[in-house]
Amino acid sequence: MTSSPTESTQRHAPRYSAVAIALHWVLALMIVASFCFGLYMSDLPFSPQRLKLYNYHKWAGVTILALSALRLLWRLGHKPPPDVAMPAWQRTAAHAAHALMYALFFAVPLAGWAYSNAAGFPVVWFGVLPLPTFVGADKVLAETFKSLHALLAYGLAAIVLLHVAGALKHQLIDRDGLLRRMMPARGTR
Amino acid sequence: MTTLRALIALCLAGLASVAMAQSSAKLLPAQSEIGFTSKQMGVPVDGKFKRFDAQIAFDPKQPASGKIAFTIDLASVSMGAAEVEAELAKPGWFDSKKLASATFQSSAIKAAGPAKFDVFGKLTIKGNARDVVVPVTLTQAAGTTTASGAFVIKRLDFRIGDGDWSDPSLVGDDVQVKFKLALTGVSPL
Repeated sequence: MTSSPTESTQRHAPRYSAVAIALHWVLALMIVASFCFGLYMSDLPFSPQRLKLYNYHKWAGVTILALSALRLLWRLGHKPPPDVAMPAWQRTAAHAAHALMYALFFAVPLAGWAYSNAAGFPVVWFGVLPLPTFVGADKVLAETFKSLHALLAYGLAAIVLLHVAGALKHQLIDRDGLLRRMMPARGTR
Repeated sequence: MTTLRALIALCLAGLASVAMAQSSAKLLPAQSEIGFTSKQMGVPVDGKFKRFDAQIAFDPKQPASGKIAFTIDLASVSMGAAEVEAELAKPGWFDSKKLASATFQSSAIKAAGPAKFDVFGKLTIKGNARDVVVPVTLTQAAGTTTASGAFVIKRLDFRIGDGDWSDPSLVGDDVQVKFKLALTGVSPL
């Protein structure tokens, strides 16, 4: 297979670590799925299906929270590859978006957890591991956390869209190979 | 018809006097609680009944001659959310529009230790009768006797949560019933 010099340098450009790449894509999938489940299930009538989806959603949320903690620790211990060349405002915007997404990876599940607790339901991870209840049952508080959880989730969705748009711009317009840094390795490293 | 009614009234009066003769206790509903805990996909969910009544003739020194009858208004169930309570009123659950109450009638009472008694009897919910043993612990203070205890029933024995909801991995078959009853007129232990 022949490749142009630029492509070959891109291929050898620094990438995220394998753990960071794996966590990025696993979490991306889980977050998008949980968001869609959340939108769908909240309109369902009271039914076994709804009970199941709510619990799956809570299990996924706690898993996202745990993996995000792991991801943050990993990120703090492993420097990401240096930024590709881009205008300063774009660099600032990208870093701000990343920081905000990290904050929301924690805030969205925690608000959901608090909502569940306030509604009178402890969270039992996978139906097996009871997690601490940190908010007492309180109808008013439950409504507040419900709104907060939804608001933060929509916020995260908006930033994720921005993040995807930015990545696609780098890939399709700038053609600077930025996306390759987060792609699973395919043979060559 | 009037003769029949008079006869019934006479019988009831007779029964009442028999109960009276046997040191009948009076339930203090405001200070009493009957609750239950069921598990939804591993998540413990508490509920309680707001209205119930009891006919109790019981002398702690002569437990064998005691009689306890209980009526619980199933429509008075409270589980913290209006939509859950509306669901519970449906035929698949309590069917409380048709069969408004659950009843318990003791058949034997045995001492089971200091201030402890086992009450044997029949619990009837939705026309399904099952033998249960209810362990009761008594404490007395300032003229009030508190009877407390807990026991486990199988909800499917009583066809509570029929049809769509019968899967015990969704809603556990075991339901723990807990009670704390404040009584006056029970003779000293």
